[in-house]
Amino acid sequence: MRTALIVLRKDLLLELRGFETLPAMVLFSIVTFVIFHFGLNRSTIDGQLAAAVLTVTLLFAAMLGINRLFVAEREQGGFDAFLLAPVDRTALLVAKAIALFIFLVVLEVIAVPAFAVLLLGPPIGRVLPGLALVLLLGNVGMSVIGTLVSAIAVHTRARDLIGPVIGLPLLIPALIGTARGVGPLLAPHASGSPPAKWLAILALYDLVFALLSYAVFDFLLEDQ
Amino acid sequence: MPVPPSTYGRGLRGLSLATIATISLALVLVFFYAPLDADQGFIQKIFYIHVPLAIVSLCGFIFGGLLAIGHLRTGDRRWDMRSYVAIHMALIFGVGALITGSIWAKASWGHWWVWNEPTLVSFLIVVLLFATYQPLRFAIEDPMLQARYASVFAVVAGAFVPLNFIAVRLAQQYVHPRVLTLAGGNLPGSMRLTFLISLVGITLLYVTLWKYEMSAKNARMQVRRLRRTLLGDDAVPGYGRSAAPS
Repeated sequence: MRTALIVLRKDLLLELRGFETLPAMVLFSIVTFVIFHFGLNRSTIDGQLAAAVLTVTLLFAAMLGINRLFVAEREQGGFDAFLLAPVDRTALLVAKAIALFIFLVVLEVIAVPAFAVLLLGPPIGRVLPGLALVLLLGNVGMSVIGTLVSAIAVHTRARDLIGPVIGLPLLIPALIGTARGVGPLLAPHASGSPPAKWLAILALYDLVFALLSYAVFDFLLEDQ
Repeated sequence: MPVPPSTYGRGLRGLSLATIATISLALVLVFFYAPLDADQGFIQKIFYIHVPLAIVSLCGFIFGGLLAIGHLRTGDRRWDMRSYVAIHMALIFGVGALITGSIWAKASWGHWWVWNEPTLVSFLIVVLLFATYQPLRFAIEDPMLQARYASVFAVVAGAFVPLNFIAVRLAQQYVHPRVLTLAGGNLPGSMRLTFLISLVGITLLYVTLWKYEMSAKNARMQVRRLRRTLLGDDAVPGYGRSAAPS
């Protein structure tokens, strides 16, 4: 666990010093909102349509982060150094997944208010806790699956292509859960509590993929 | 290195004959024994091909995942080849199921594709996911690495199959006829018999094709190895970059 924290600290420091990934994700999502405004030709949206625009934008922004996740390790020899160190390999999975999770939370802290200002019709204040809950559960799924997919894709020749192509189908159930959970919250006169069914499905999906990633991650790190 | 003799060819002739016999019997039953469906008429008979194809293809994906576990546990590349062939075959069956399903949907519901149909949609997602299996393999040059990463993918994707079906089904209402329920379904006896024999026939077809492919790949590898031993390493050109295990 200590190893994971050290690697996580390194990743966050790198991001703080370099500002490579996060600003790109944030800008991407805001530009996408503008594109949706013109594509839909609507000045405000609500309900399931709003949920779809929000979750799909976040998903594609997350894809940017997922593609970058292991690039530094690959290019700067971080994988070799990690394998040389006498530490548990799962620590890298934990650290990268938490780093991605933090990226996604920061992204949402900026992108969700931007969405509320730019596109969303109904007021967002009352549903904010429920929205945060659904998005956090969705983030867990995205960061676990994203880390796994990124670790697979980083060793391929066309990693920018392989990552999304594998990742998007795997993330469809998480996307369904998030979009259907968010939908009722963004409806006009929403009650403010997300549907429990979708929270349970998201949590179950997160749990299964966390265990699965934990089981197979070692094989992705063996000596190249 | 002593080469273990191939066992994939054993029993292949009997299996092939059994497959031909079962599929012929199934076709005879489909056309001459099973009654015409009261609603859908003749087009309903595609169901005897479509549903077994879909079931066998999904089982084939999961089978490929289980074989990949064998590769990850033992590190023996033959498990990877088995998993590769299983997924390859299942993908072909899956495309067949999508096409036959589309024909049925057009005839029965009037549209080539129906989105509010969970079984169809989740099947499409699974096929799309497994369609990335070969591009993934092709993008990794080192054969050892390719085998290991492909196995990890196969395990994850195999586990994804049932999860995805649960998620998509919960998201939508049923339109698909629930033919195979735990309660035994609502098929009349003659239809159920025909369906079961078709299912057995398609399963046998899958197993036979899997064995044929395995024995062909195995024979090719042994020929290459013999040529290397007899003629020297330089006389036999290496494989080009390939998505298939070799």
